[in-house]
Amino acid sequence: MSRLLLIIISAVLVNNFVLMRFLGICPFLGVSRRLKTAAGMSGAVLFVMTMASVVTWLIYRYILTPFHLVYLQTVTFILVIASLVQLVELALQKLSPALYKALGIYLPLITTNCAVLGVSVLNIQKEYTLLETTIFGFGAALGFGLAMFLFAGLRERIDLCDTPLPFRGTAIALVTAGLLSLAFMGFTGMVKL
Amino acid sequence: MLTAIIALASIALLFSLGLAIAARAFAVKVDPRIEAIEDALPGANCGGCGLPGCSELAKRIAEGKADVDACPAGGEFVAHEIAKVLGIEFTGGGITKVALVLCGGDDQVAAKRFYYNGIYDCASAALLFGGDKACSYGCLGLATCADVCPFGAIDMLPSGLAVVNPEKCTGCTKCVAACPKGIIKMVPIDKKVHILCSSHDKGGKVRKICKVGCIGCLRCVKEAPEGAITMEDNLAVVQYEVDLPEAVVETCPMDTIVVGGVGVEGVSGERKKAAGGEG
Repeated sequence: MSRLLLIIISAVLVNNFVLMRFLGICPFLGVSRRLKTAAGMSGAVLFVMTMASVVTWLIYRYILTPFHLVYLQTVTFILVIASLVQLVELALQKLSPALYKALGIYLPLITTNCAVLGVSVLNIQKEYTLLETTIFGFGAALGFGLAMFLFAGLRERIDLCDTPLPFRGTAIALVTAGLLSLAFMGFTGMVKL
Repeated sequence: MLTAIIALASIALLFSLGLAIAARAFAVKVDPRIEAIEDALPGANCGGCGLPGCSELAKRIAEGKADVDACPAGGEFVAHEIAKVLGIEFTGGGITKVALVLCGGDDQVAAKRFYYNGIYDCASAALLFGGDKACSYGCLGLATCADVCPFGAIDMLPSGLAVVNPEKCTGCTKCVAACPKGIIKMVPIDKKVHILCSSHDKGGKVRKICKVGCIGCLRCVKEAPEGAITMEDNLAVVQYEVDLPEAVVETCPMDTIVVGGVGVEGVSGERKKAAGGEG
C-alpha cells in the first residue's frame, strides 16, 4: 500500500512529468493560457494516460512477450495511444464542443505527446505490476494536471501585469516555466523507487 | 515475421472497430447551412470579422449570432449570397471602410536618420531605434503590411511608401494590426479628403525632417467646417463623420492634405504637383 502511495507522490511531485522529466511540454505551453482549457486538457490527458498505461501493459504482457514481439513495442504503443486520443476527440466533440474548440490542435497532439508514450514505456522498464502501472499512469497524469494548473494560474496573473515589452508572450511564459521547474527541484531525492 | 504482422493487424483491427462504434455513438449532426454559408464566404480566413476564420463565422451566422453582412471582406455581394442561403432578405448595407496609410513621407520628401541594413521587414526595423526614418511616426516602407494583405491591395511605391488600393481593399484590418508604427487607419471609402500624416512632433521638428508632414499650423482647422478637422497633440486629424470640402486642400502649406489620395496614382500625382510647385 505504501509503495502505491509512494508511486503516486513520486509521479506527481518528485518526478513530475512536465517539470522534472521534461515530457509533454507542448500542451503544457500551448493550452495553459486559461485555467479552463488547462483543466480540460488535464482531464483529457488523465483519461488517455491511465487508459494507455493499462492497455499497453496488457498488450505488452499478453501479446508482445509470449509471441516474442517485444521489438514492436513502440509502434504498438503509438497505435494504442492514437486510438485512445481519437476516442477522446470523438467524445469531446459530442459532449463538450466548447472545450473541443478551446483545445484545438493540442487535442490530436496528445497522440504524439511524449508524456503519454513515456508513461507506457516507463511502466515496462520499471517492471511494474498491473495495479502499479494503473496507479503510475494515473499519478503521472495528476502530475501533468498539477503542472498545468499552476502554470495556467501563473500565466493568467502575468497577463494582468505590465510585462516589459521584450518579455511579452512566449518569452515570459518560458521564463516562468523555468522558475516553476526550479521550485520542483526542491523535491529531488524525497522518494527513491 | 508472420506473427508480427498478424498480431499488429489484429490489434489495429480491434481498435478500429472500437473507434467505429464510438464514432456512431458520438456522431454530431452538422447544420447543412453552415457549409453553404462557408462556400459563400471569401474563404481567405483573413480574420476581419474578428473570428478565427470563415468556418467560424459561417457557424455564427447559421446560429443567428452574427449578421449576414458580418464579413467585411465579402461586402454586399457575399451578404446577399448568405441571405439567400438563410432564406431571408438582406436590405441595405453600411458604408464600407478601407485601410489608409496615414503617411505621405516617401524617401524623396522624408529624411532618414541612418542606413538600415537589416531584415527587410518593418517590425524588425522598428525594433532598432524605431526605424531608419527621421520621423518616428512615419511609414518605414519595408512592406510588412503588403505582405500580410491577403488580397494584394497594398502596393509599395519604389520610393518606399505603402499605399492601399481602395478598390482591392476589403477592410479586413490585417494591415492595421501588422503595422508596427500603427499608422494604418480604417476610413470610409466615400470620403476623399485625407491628412496623410501621423506625426505628433512639433512643427519645427517636422519641418526639418519631412517636406509633407503636418506642422500643426491650424490653417485647415480654421478653414474647415466646425469639427471636421481637429488638433490632436500637434497633429491635424480628419473627423470623417463631418463633411469636408475639397477646398481645404489649398490651405495646407505642406501639401499634407490630399484629395482622393488613397490610390497609388492619386498620391504620386499629388506628389508630382507638389514638387513642380516648389520648382
